[in-house]
Amino acid sequence: MTIESYSEAIVADRPKALSKTQSHYCPGCLHGLAHRLIAEVLDELAIRGTTLMVAPVGCAVFASNYFECDSVVAPHGRAPAVATGLKRVSPDKIVFAYQGDGDLASIGTAEIIHAAARGESITVIFINNAVYGMTGGQMAPTSLVGMKTTSSPFGRDVKTMGSPLKMSELIAGIDGATFVSRRSMHNPAEIRKAKKAIRRAFEVQINHQGFSLVELLSNCPTNWQMTPLESLRWIETRMVPVFPLGDLKNAAANNGLKGV
Amino acid sequence: MAIELLKGNEAIAEAAVRAGVDAYFGYPITPQTELLEYMAKRMPELGRVFLQAESELGAINMVYGAACAGKRAMTSSSSPGVSLMQEGLSYIAAAEVPVVLVDVMRGGPGLGNIAPSQSDYFQMVKSAGHGDFKPIVLAPASVQEAVDIMDLAFDLADKYRTIVTVLLDGTIGQMMEPAELPPMKPRRTAAPGWALTGAADRSKNMILPFRLQVDDLEAYNLQLQQKLALIAHSEVRYHEQMVDDAELIVVGFGTAGRIAQTAVRLARRQGIKAGLFRPITLWPFPERRLSQLADDARGFLVVEMNAGQMVEDVRLAVGGQAPVKFLGRMGGSLPMPDDILAAIVKLDQASTRAQPDAPCTIEGPSMPLKHFVSVN
Amino acid sequence: MQYDVVFSGFGGQGVLYAGQLLAYAAMDHGLHVTWMPSYGPEMRGGTANCTVIVSDEDIGSPLVTHPTNVIALNNPSVDKYEPLVAQGGLLIYNASLTSRTLTRPDIRGIPIHASEAAAELGNLRLLNMIMMGALLQLADAIVPIEVVEIALERHMATRHAELLALNRSALRRGMALANFAGAVA
Repeated sequence: MTIESYSEAIVADRPKALSKTQSHYCPGCLHGLAHRLIAEVLDELAIRGTTLMVAPVGCAVFASNYFECDSVVAPHGRAPAVATGLKRVSPDKIVFAYQGDGDLASIGTAEIIHAAARGESITVIFINNAVYGMTGGQMAPTSLVGMKTTSSPFGRDVKTMGSPLKMSELIAGIDGATFVSRRSMHNPAEIRKAKKAIRRAFEVQINHQGFSLVELLSNCPTNWQMTPLESLRWIETRMVPVFPLGDLKNAAANNGLKGV
Repeated sequence: MAIELLKGNEAIAEAAVRAGVDAYFGYPITPQTELLEYMAKRMPELGRVFLQAESELGAINMVYGAACAGKRAMTSSSSPGVSLMQEGLSYIAAAEVPVVLVDVMRGGPGLGNIAPSQSDYFQMVKSAGHGDFKPIVLAPASVQEAVDIMDLAFDLADKYRTIVTVLLDGTIGQMMEPAELPPMKPRRTAAPGWALTGAADRSKNMILPFRLQVDDLEAYNLQLQQKLALIAHSEVRYHEQMVDDAELIVVGFGTAGRIAQTAVRLARRQGIKAGLFRPITLWPFPERRLSQLADDARGFLVVEMNAGQMVEDVRLAVGGQAPVKFLGRMGGSLPMPDDILAAIVKLDQASTRAQPDAPCTIEGPSMPLKHFVSVN
Repeated sequence: MQYDVVFSGFGGQGVLYAGQLLAYAAMDHGLHVTWMPSYGPEMRGGTANCTVIVSDEDIGSPLVTHPTNVIALNNPSVDKYEPLVAQGGLLIYNASLTSRTLTRPDIRGIPIHASEAAAELGNLRLLNMIMMGALLQLADAIVPIEVVEIALERHMATRHAELLALNRSALRRGMALANFAGAVA
């Protein structure tokens, strides 16, 4: 190759759907990565300008600052209901909800289950890090057995606190759910699979095929009291065995529900 | 449009349709269920959105979402269901999106019963949710007034980007009366600039029900209070009858107000100069007009279907210028005209101010079906 | 001028329907009117009632403590309303389903053997129209019978077109029975 024929090609850049700003997330937190994966998909599918986001209560309450699309913040747990309202009156838009585990798996179980049961034409990105992040590390419905948190200081005891709730398995069992996948972000290979799942979830919505949800196993170095690297290993060795990865449901379509 | 015999709940639903409601989300609860059922049939006929939610939590948040898209959205419920909606109402108030809520009150507390009641005056007027906000609260006393109020409700919600609650009880909801529906309004096609319609050709819109910085939240609250002050100044509505020469003013809203009207007429026949004052806006409360009336009246009687809620606002407005007595029934019982008349007579006799003999004539306008008295 | 009428009976006896018919007729006649049903568990318990108020001026209370006119289609309704009827008021009751006579001397109690009359006309469901006819005969013409007949056709006929003539006969029959019973009483 001669100097004359050399040309530069951009191989990595900030997705247009991701805002040019510094995030408030803790060092090593995977929210930022999840945001980037979603933003890349919005760019690739060319849907940024028609996408409406419903942000949750929790660490991602500021997600509106990080995406270059219209957004609203829902009450804790109610994002699927708010997304339903948006989608029903805006059937030509792409609507996604971004929810954590306290939000989706605890206070908002009714809303997510029924959005799935209706085959609501929305996409839900479910960040599962087994802990309440924003309130300072309390036990979540997805906390592992024996896991010490500020509200389970002696470890999660099944006898009094029950077992981790496997929401994706639960939702995959609902007829109205078309695509349900659990992925992780603890290494590059899994991150690639996670992005693929996110893309598939949005495609399901674009093609009016029904409800789609991607659960992403995530971390919380701050509240787990680990270094970022330790937290990634913890996802791999502790969380993945409890929350197995893969597509839990990948149907062609459900009832083909469309908004009015 | 012809006058038809209409059931309150159904008339309210059809009036909402004609006011251009784009989306209705609700959950069954007596005594408002006819409204939901009417919408279940009517909205799909017109290609509009109807959805029975999984709960009142779901319903109010669906309304929140649809309103964020710039659509005219509403829900309806009854007391226990409204309690569940209060979280959403607070978010909607903070987000400043226009929403209409119809609350067909029933007896409480708890599961209470399904009989007519006005025991949620405090809930809606004083504390519709956490934080410093107030919805506009409209209280119709007849099917016609309920019909007229629905159109007004959507317009006020849009005008101020606020929650408008139509507060009534099972009596108005279940009653049939002749009423005239307005013609069908064209639906709004252009979304307001703040709405979530996709940031394709503009910078993004964010609807945020929070301001985490102390200074920001205080500034936001001050702005919200300015808006509420404007509403308080501009949107007071009430109905009054036979008050011009009245010495005793009977005050009641909604069903209690119209029952009191009968008692006031009976009192006039006995030579007692009674008048009726019926607030239509419970917030903003017509305190200035009541204060004016207190300049001349020698007594007030407040009639409610609760333990005494609006009476507190009447006392504040009257400001000690005249005695304010209360007559209330609870649990679904209505204060009947005879009961109210007896209370008027008692108030009349308790009065100490010497009065000239009064002629026994009934005067004053009959209840206008389509017009509100309003003051600025 | 204000009339109030309470219609009371078992669910299925057409109590709410009769009240609505009167309300429609009053509306057509240019009068103010309210129709207020009992609702909820009270209704499911077996007896239903509605209150119709007709007036030439706007109506305040849609309910009355002591009704001046009561149509009682069954025994429980007689038991419930006999003590409540206003002094000098009218209680027209279905003597076919009532096991006792009235005790109050200060009201006009009119027994109508309405179930038998309906059976004679070939349809037990005409019971409510017979009682309505009796009311129109006895209650100082709240609205003229002709207005009720037109209202029957205009507002209530869609589902029961074939019953229109029968309904009219029932109204007339009720008037005749009331005329006779009223004269006796």
